[in-house]
Amino acid sequence: MSTADLLALRTTLSLAAVTTLVLLLLGTPLAWWLARTRSRLAVAIEAVVALPLVLPPTVLGFYMLVALGPHGPVGGLLESLGLDHLAFTFTGLVLASTLYSLPFMVQPLKDAFAAVGERMTEAAATLRAGAWDRFFSVVLPLSRRGLLTAVTLTFAHTIGEFGVVLMVGGNIPGQTRVLSIAIYDHAEAMDYASAHVLAGGLLAASFLMLLAVYAFNRRYLVVHP
Amino acid sequence: MSIHARFRIARPGFSLDVDTQFPARGVSALFGPSGSGKTTLLRCIAGLEKAAGTLQVNGETWQGANTFMPVDRRPLGYVFQEASLFPHLSVRANLEYGYKRIAPAECRVQPAQAVEWLGLDSLIGRKDVQGLSGGERQRVAIGRALLASPRLLLMDEPLSALDAASRQDILPYLERLHRELDIPVLYVSHALDEVARLADHLVLLEQGRVIAGGALGETLARLDLPTAHYDDAGVVIEAAVGIHDDAYHLTRLDFPGGHLWVGRVRQPAGSMVRARVLARDVSLATAMPHGSSISNILAARIAELRDEGPDKVNVLLATGESQPLLSRITRRSRDQLGLAPGMEVYAQVKSVALMA
Repeated sequence: MSTADLLALRTTLSLAAVTTLVLLLLGTPLAWWLARTRSRLAVAIEAVVALPLVLPPTVLGFYMLVALGPHGPVGGLLESLGLDHLAFTFTGLVLASTLYSLPFMVQPLKDAFAAVGERMTEAAATLRAGAWDRFFSVVLPLSRRGLLTAVTLTFAHTIGEFGVVLMVGGNIPGQTRVLSIAIYDHAEAMDYASAHVLAGGLLAASFLMLLAVYAFNRRYLVVHP
Repeated sequence: MSIHARFRIARPGFSLDVDTQFPARGVSALFGPSGSGKTTLLRCIAGLEKAAGTLQVNGETWQGANTFMPVDRRPLGYVFQEASLFPHLSVRANLEYGYKRIAPAECRVQPAQAVEWLGLDSLIGRKDVQGLSGGERQRVAIGRALLASPRLLLMDEPLSALDAASRQDILPYLERLHRELDIPVLYVSHALDEVARLADHLVLLEQGRVIAGGALGETLARLDLPTAHYDDAGVVIEAAVGIHDDAYHLTRLDFPGGHLWVGRVRQPAGSMVRARVLARDVSLATAMPHGSSISNILAARIAELRDEGPDKVNVLLATGESQPLLSRITRRSRDQLGLAPGMEVYAQVKSVALMA
């Protein structure tokens, strides 16, 4: 692999890691709320969360570009505060990826939280566990399959994104040039050998990640039918 | 010391409106048919259900006009219908879940004690709680609740999800807790035999209202309450073990209204036991019967008669100074014998069930 490709690999991995972490922090409370709420608003929120599943990445990327750019609401606000706008930056890429991968984190988590059932948290509450304690000592351990699925899917999905990155991030080496774009570049330049290395690597890595998740969840299933 | 609960819930298809007091000692049973609101009342007391109302436990306000103590701050134990053990934790970790979360000063039950009381020594090393039988799971759940050193133990039909064998298996443990623990218990049940066995105080609920409440013995003897309509309606008698007749393998129980002979019991003379006599097992005679195989015949006075369905009559009898007895006879027998309140009769007790 060339230095440029290694750089793209590093950018890709940091983007996926940061996005997964951000989504873990934001998606967990959202999923918890969706799993437990009786609010009618929840239906609308759920639809919004699922939107990235059906929207073409370029549509999402386009709106993000507009929003984060110097004249958009987010970018413009930042500029007026004396900061830089976020189009074609790593931070912008993280924001866009967070939106784009939202359903991959929220939906498995929501299903897992819903499956835990209120009885378990009620039992914990009668045993003196406060709300945070209940969540960390009962809900999270009982949701570990869903949690693992959510983290893996989010990570893998972020590694694989292309359209959103291209729209929001452009193709700046070391900043926003990720593997999927590097592959596209190689193919465009007829450098199929390099494209093969990256494409094959991504394929193998994605497969192994999913394999690990399904193997873990199956073993867990066998132990706790 | 008492528990004073006032709650009101109005929902489509269900309403609860109670204002009742329980003694904060012994076992108080909340008894009623399904849908009568007994579980909801218990959940309100636990704080698992938010209803308008107030709740004082031993003078401490758990819920007031503007205050609501969260569930996890209430010093209670709760045993659900299904054991609801944490499936990701071992038996030991389940037992110690609440124990680890109370202040050391609050701790009044040690793990070793709970294990001994509930016979958990063979289960404590088990990793997988899902592999336990229903009765075992429920015993662990009771131990888990006790280890949080509750000042009030709430039990929501803890035996109803179990098969008959498991119920028989677990009842002795509950009786033992009843005798040895100084924790007030609210016990929800729709099974009269459980109530007769475990309770000291009885609260009857119907359609979200408390229709009666009082000491178990007195309440079970009331003909105006729904408990009198049950097929297994009857009274409980607190009696002392009198003498053992080892030749015939019998034991005489003494109580203020007379004696009852029962199969030989384990308890030594002088110890107190609870016996249950069902109305349908008591027949009446106007003269002392002779040549009867029934050995338990008590002199009694008729206090009250009340029709029970088209063919039966419930008869409330008084034996001795205060011990009531119920008898269920046919309407025809009543008329043929000319039974009326105030009459002296002989009650033949065909069967006595020993509760402890």
